[in-house]
Amino acid sequence: MDNRSWKGWLYLLPALCFLGAFLVYPLMDVFIYSVEEGYNSASQTYFGVGLYNFSYVLHDTYFLQALKNTFILVIITVPLSTGIALLISAALASVRKLRELFQTVFFLPYVTNTLAVGLVFMILFKKTPYSDGLMNLLLGLFGAGPVDFIDGPYWAKMFVLCFYTVWVVMPFKILILTSALASVSQTYYNAARVDGTGRLRMFTKITLPMISPSIFYLVITGFIGAFKAYSDAVALFGTDLNAAGMNTIVGYVYDMLYGNSGGYPSYASAAAIVLFVIVLTITCINLLVSRKHVHYV
Amino acid sequence: MDYEKLERRARLRDRTRKTLVYALLVFWAVLVLFPFYWMLLTSVKSYGSYNSEFIPRLYTLTPTLENYLSAFQAVPLGRYLVNTVVFTLATTALMLVVTVLAAFAFARLNFPGKDLAFTAFLSLMMIPAELVVITNFVTITDLNLRNTFAGLILPSVTSVFYIYLLKENFAQIPDELYYAAKVDGTSDLKYLWKVMIPICQPTIVTVTILKVIECWNSFVWPRLITDDANYFLVSNGIQEIRENGFGRENVPAMMAAVVAISIPLVVLFLIFHKKIMAGVARGGTKG
Repeated sequence: MDNRSWKGWLYLLPALCFLGAFLVYPLMDVFIYSVEEGYNSASQTYFGVGLYNFSYVLHDTYFLQALKNTFILVIITVPLSTGIALLISAALASVRKLRELFQTVFFLPYVTNTLAVGLVFMILFKKTPYSDGLMNLLLGLFGAGPVDFIDGPYWAKMFVLCFYTVWVVMPFKILILTSALASVSQTYYNAARVDGTGRLRMFTKITLPMISPSIFYLVITGFIGAFKAYSDAVALFGTDLNAAGMNTIVGYVYDMLYGNSGGYPSYASAAAIVLFVIVLTITCINLLVSRKHVHYV
Repeated sequence: MDYEKLERRARLRDRTRKTLVYALLVFWAVLVLFPFYWMLLTSVKSYGSYNSEFIPRLYTLTPTLENYLSAFQAVPLGRYLVNTVVFTLATTALMLVVTVLAAFAFARLNFPGKDLAFTAFLSLMMIPAELVVITNFVTITDLNLRNTFAGLILPSVTSVFYIYLLKENFAQIPDELYYAAKVDGTSDLKYLWKVMIPICQPTIVTVTILKVIECWNSFVWPRLITDDANYFLVSNGIQEIRENGFGRENVPAMMAAVVAISIPLVVLFLIFHKKIMAGVARGGTKG
């Protein structure tokens, strides 16, 4: 060791301060909060230590509603968005003209503000006394009656939420899959063509196995992202998600922390840990499944 | 065998396939662009003409800019924009200093416990923001930093992923350059500033842009930490406008506000789209 060996830590110091204060300490603290029963944020006192907070959260109807909403959202949007992204990326890979233009356009939603564009979606789907809204007009062309997608029936609201979520996550998925498709070596296709292989067979036997690590990556990050859905719902239905019946788990955590129903960091912590356990479990299952189906080159 | 017939059939099938593919691409492009078109269109319709259209029209013959005036006058949209610019610039600048120094330490310096520290850093990437936001909220509240820029900025600074990205790039610079600089008596900091940063400029630009996008769109943390409209960022501002902005539902003015807060990022994207897409493809996820 030379004399400036400890200087490295000096360079790390700012990062360590920030990470320690706002990432490591809070991570430990959240577990402490979650077992402090009857914590009062004003006096900073609590009655005892136990699992009551978890029991409270798991019996709260708002939490159960949020859990149901989140699971429906995950189950619908993850396969749907991955499937559509695969279709679009395959289409993109097969054309040469205008490819870059399409790629750029498809990526645009990534950089836009979720809240701002969500407002536009709300306007498009909302039925007001002045107008049925553009979507209802389109529905009318097919003979379907006007539906209020924002304040109406549960499945109408869920449809808009899923639609908007897919719209928001698509750019990232298309980008990842397009670069994965571009990296598949042409030699495989040439060899298959010599053997007279059909297009569909080439896709399922060459393309899919070759890009399976990327698909798998998208499925995992898709599950994680969809379980943490929140801003999209706020953008469409406003900040009082419980009243709209469209709350998500993350929304429940924030509502418990702050806002009209807030001031309960213990319940918020318990709910956040429940969410974390769910995400961890799903990710582990994904990893196990992928061992069988993903081909790493 | 009628080769001509076979060939013609093959060409026809090829053309149908191409048409279908382009139809799909155009369809998706319309789906992506339509909300943007709609916000632009609605923002130039006058309040009266928007509300008189029971069937919304897809174009307007009398565009007006009055909505932009009311967006900036009736609600403090200008203030939201300034706040967001200050927040974005300060957070990004702090992030760059912290990240560059940490990446330099990991990539270039030798110190006891380096490998262990790097592994610990990497494992931090797995901590979900939702778990730590609760304590951060309590910390900032206890420090009386609610409704301040310090409270907004400090917890948003670090990104472990960017340290990793930059460290990988720094590590590609050949050691010989470092030793040559050492022989000339260059200090570590000067070497970092004069050699490493210029060489790795593309990565640094990418990291900067990604952070700017993330800051501009951040919503959850600002919402928790500010309830004074003087400190709202654009996301919270738009939510405020929506919930109790222009009195009666003045949709055109809302859309003008939405356009105003979307333009900076869209312009940034049009200039840097190659860099942004390459950066995200290397492992970014949406905030």
